[in-house]
Amino acid sequence: MSRIDRRFADLASGGRTGLVPFFTAGDPSPDSVVPVMHALVEAGADLIELGVPFSDPMADGPVIQHASERALAKGVGLARVFDWVREFRTRDAATPVVLMGYMNPVEIHGAARFGAEAVAAGVDGVLLVDCPIEEIAAAGPLRDAGLTQIFLAAPTTTDARLAQVCAAARGFLYYVSFAGITGADRLSTGDVRERVAAIRRQASTPVAVGFGVRDATSAAAIGEFADAVVIGSALVERLAGAADADEAAARARAFLAPIRAALDKRT
Amino acid sequence: MERIDDYSVYPDARGRFGDYGGSYVAETLIAPLAELDAAYQRLRTDRAFIAEFERDLKYYVGRPSPIYHAERLSRQVGGAQILLKREDLNHTGAHKINNTIGQALVARHMGKRRIIAETGAGQHGVATATVCARFGLDCVVYMGATDIERQKINVYRMKLLGAEVVPVTSGSKTLKDALNEAMRDWVTNVADTFYIIGTVAGPHPYPQMVRDFNAVVGREARAQMLEQYGRLPDVITACVGGGSNAIGLFHAFLNDRDVRVVGAEAAGEGIASGHHAASLAAGRPGVLHGNRTYVLCDDDGQITETHSVSAGLDYPGVGPEHAFLKDSGRADYVGVTDDEALAAFHQLARSEGILAALESSHAVAQAIKLARELPQDRLVLCNLSGRGDKDVHTIAAREGLSL
Repeated sequence: MSRIDRRFADLASGGRTGLVPFFTAGDPSPDSVVPVMHALVEAGADLIELGVPFSDPMADGPVIQHASERALAKGVGLARVFDWVREFRTRDAATPVVLMGYMNPVEIHGAARFGAEAVAAGVDGVLLVDCPIEEIAAAGPLRDAGLTQIFLAAPTTTDARLAQVCAAARGFLYYVSFAGITGADRLSTGDVRERVAAIRRQASTPVAVGFGVRDATSAAAIGEFADAVVIGSALVERLAGAADADEAAARARAFLAPIRAALDKRT
Repeated sequence: MERIDDYSVYPDARGRFGDYGGSYVAETLIAPLAELDAAYQRLRTDRAFIAEFERDLKYYVGRPSPIYHAERLSRQVGGAQILLKREDLNHTGAHKINNTIGQALVARHMGKRRIIAETGAGQHGVATATVCARFGLDCVVYMGATDIERQKINVYRMKLLGAEVVPVTSGSKTLKDALNEAMRDWVTNVADTFYIIGTVAGPHPYPQMVRDFNAVVGREARAQMLEQYGRLPDVITACVGGGSNAIGLFHAFLNDRDVRVVGAEAAGEGIASGHHAASLAAGRPGVLHGNRTYVLCDDDGQITETHSVSAGLDYPGVGPEHAFLKDSGRADYVGVTDDEALAAFHQLARSEGILAALESSHAVAQAIKLARELPQDRLVLCNLSGRGDKDVHTIAAREGLSL
């Protein structure tokens, strides 16, 4: 059983909603990445989505795009992202780590090499925003290397296609709560609830919901029906400008703890 | 790579040109792209739609555009005869209108009232704003802040036509960033919005659709060559940024194996300088803006900033069909520097009384190089994709003049 599957199984048996924070590797600073990862786990993260910076993040809003630009300006590349996960793993063997990013860095690095290096570093999964199931073959070497490829479903996903996405899903299915970019403020909980219920009837994997979750209140609302809640832009915003690694870790902890509490109060 | 017998059958149903193309987009865009693909595949063979398109090309755009024999230029060069396909004479001054008319008609058939577009040099933005005015559609154009500065006249032109021009200040503030921003708008407003992409890039079906609408250039040129010269040209050439005017010219000639096909990319300050936009000549296969193609990026896959004196060629990717033509060996892609393009601009202006767009000046420079190597009875057909009025400020500034 993969680390991702084990984590979701534990959540299910404990009746808890998963909490999945996202932040961009290298932002606010390269030396804060590993301390922030540990701080997030201490504050209740069940799985960490680590953003691999990309120059042209088409599906992201300005918050994550700027974080990407800042990280790239500091010279953050794949090798360092893998190093950070390796360092994180020396103290945390249980928390799954999913790299989130775009196809081009994988293509240029070579998908087989990317997969081997990621697995060796202790990465569990990849979520490639611009690799829908149509292009699933391109990521084949990643899966062959042992990474779980996470797929997305969106409000625009048709019913026929949803069945295909659900069939392809491994680890968990990421439901994009509204048609838009990350960090936008358009969340309508009622629509999402209905849709997630439909997905859960078809998918054999848990369903995580992201896009537009900003705080304890919105997280708790989504946590009513989702297996896990993903929270990204709001965290990235909070981390931005932290003076050093200690402050970044403190901000991460202060940001996530109330969200964890709100999710747990419900269950 | 396997031997290609018929170049007209690409892309396949999944939008592939060999290893290139496809639909590398966020899940949210899959359904709208499928809806667009279904509508377009139906319309492209619909006789009423084709008639509607052709009527506008004739009476609104002013097609067919002539093939003009640049005799004085050819004499100066002293080699083959240089023939110019005069897309600069189209309404709005470039080939771009062929595509925007076509896509606006598709949008109308799909019931979408709001049009968005991205633009580099501003030519596609102007062509989009123009057809939106013509069809009564709302129009929002995304443009890099750097390009807005470089192309003030086109920005004002778009506003005169009723479009809203949104400056994009992220990344390098040029075409690729405008494209990212337009994609984001589309993801967010997909229900009522049609995205008119200006080049043969982007996810399927855009590379096919934009090519089909521009392919009128090559179809016309091929018939005109046979009519005026009794034969096909020996070489055809066009500038390649995203590659829409080039594929427009090339496509009808791809199965004519005796016609040599040469694309001119922007080599900027020289490929060795690193300041260029020659994705095919100096890039590598990757994934950008929804398709697999040649891209300019570093070893970590980060897209690199490009340079060209012409905003319209300043793009780190290229249409997937060009990537396919390069790998199959059917077309050659070579770099033309800023200086060579400017020299060609001046030479054409003085010898023929034609101010070419800086983009098209790259093709003219390449045509001159090709002609020089060939005997006088050979024919080099060059796509003069746009007129240079928009560039006079840029050219003056480079020469230290302020107008």
